[in-house]
Amino acid sequence: MNQGYAHPEYLVETDWVAQNMNNPKVRIVESDEDTLLYETGHIPGAVKVDWFTSLQDPVRRDFLSKDEFEKLNSRLGISNDTTVVFYGDKNNWFAAYALWLYQYYGHKDTKIMNGGRMKWEKEGRPLTKDTPGYASTQYRAKEPDANIRAFRDDVFAEVKAGRPLVDVRSPKEYSGELISMPNYPQEGATRGGHIPGAVNIPWSKAIREEDGAFKSPEELRLMYESQGVVPEKEVIAYCRIGERSSHTWFVLKYLLGYPKVKNYDGSWTEWGNLVNAPIEKSAGS
Amino acid sequence: MSDQIPPRLQEIIEDFQWSEGREKLELLLEYSEKMPSLPERIRQHLEGMERVAECMTPVLVTAEVQDGKMQFYFDVPRESPTVRGYAALISEGLRDLTPEEVLQVPNDFYHQMGLHEVLTHQRLAGISAILAHMKHLAAHHLTQSEGG
Repeated sequence: MNQGYAHPEYLVETDWVAQNMNNPKVRIVESDEDTLLYETGHIPGAVKVDWFTSLQDPVRRDFLSKDEFEKLNSRLGISNDTTVVFYGDKNNWFAAYALWLYQYYGHKDTKIMNGGRMKWEKEGRPLTKDTPGYASTQYRAKEPDANIRAFRDDVFAEVKAGRPLVDVRSPKEYSGELISMPNYPQEGATRGGHIPGAVNIPWSKAIREEDGAFKSPEELRLMYESQGVVPEKEVIAYCRIGERSSHTWFVLKYLLGYPKVKNYDGSWTEWGNLVNAPIEKSAGS
Repeated sequence: MSDQIPPRLQEIIEDFQWSEGREKLELLLEYSEKMPSLPERIRQHLEGMERVAECMTPVLVTAEVQDGKMQFYFDVPRESPTVRGYAALISEGLRDLTPEEVLQVPNDFYHQMGLHEVLTHQRLAGISAILAHMKHLAAHHLTQSEGG
């Protein structure tokens, strides 16, 4: 199934998960856009992370600290050598976000369940409301991996050097038509458009519609390379708050094997509010 | 028009105030699970329902007015329990109100429930669009009945 991807070890199929649900070396983690979905029923044995209340700092705009990350894993019964498999709703959108954070803190053995929640459900596989309890662990996180996270200065440098930026938002957000959405004041930006030079490849284009699984390596490679997003260059992906772009980051980094890809989690809500930052408003190709 | 919280909604708000963190989400989930299904007469005419455009989740809403009191009906997929729970909660909280009373419900009432502790700003923005749409239906009814 996963043949042809650069790093197939980062992807597992639903079959594999069904066979490893009770494997003590494996922890299945659900991470959803709608964070109540886990409670409506989840893969037996799976634990939950809430991207808002458990993966972000409650005060600063940042991810949870290294210390908090260690506590989270200890609580979920995850050890440093546990294989952590993420899955979630909406094409694994927030599953990829959680995986990115685990990579950021140096947890290497992480995987995504191809097709996510939707594929598991469609295949008629079991869901349960029972919340498992695991013995807590002594987890030790590594220092954050600066190679996969871009801050705004990195983005300025990227623009100046003419290296590829991928804007993975919808075409209307990219062109700047959609930004002052009614009722979206708090996480919005005061300006619409995109970072100069960025190409628009919406994140969900990496997904097959019929079952929510990733497209073939050939299709993916063509989609990105034809827009100048090539493995020879350092690539930065961004969206609105860095969640959709962590999905694209996963595709570029592990499915296509790009050596240097960063996720700019400040994304449009930072760039579109930055005083004096350059903005382009053209539509995508 | 002064803000006024109707009694049933006030009770719901207090239930949430008494709950902490995770319990708030569990309460929301309960609402989601006991959301009444659409009456047959509405289910037969889904095209008559309006989509709340600002919500990422497909939320359909419609209202009926009988003896001057409004009833709201929602259709929200089970795969979106947060929004579904909120829609169930607000349709119960605003049951049997006059259109004028609906218009007086404060737009930020969910802050008193502490939902901002457990839901993102964007989710709150989406769900506050639900009340905005209900008010739109109430206002529309008022102008219609004045005109008619």
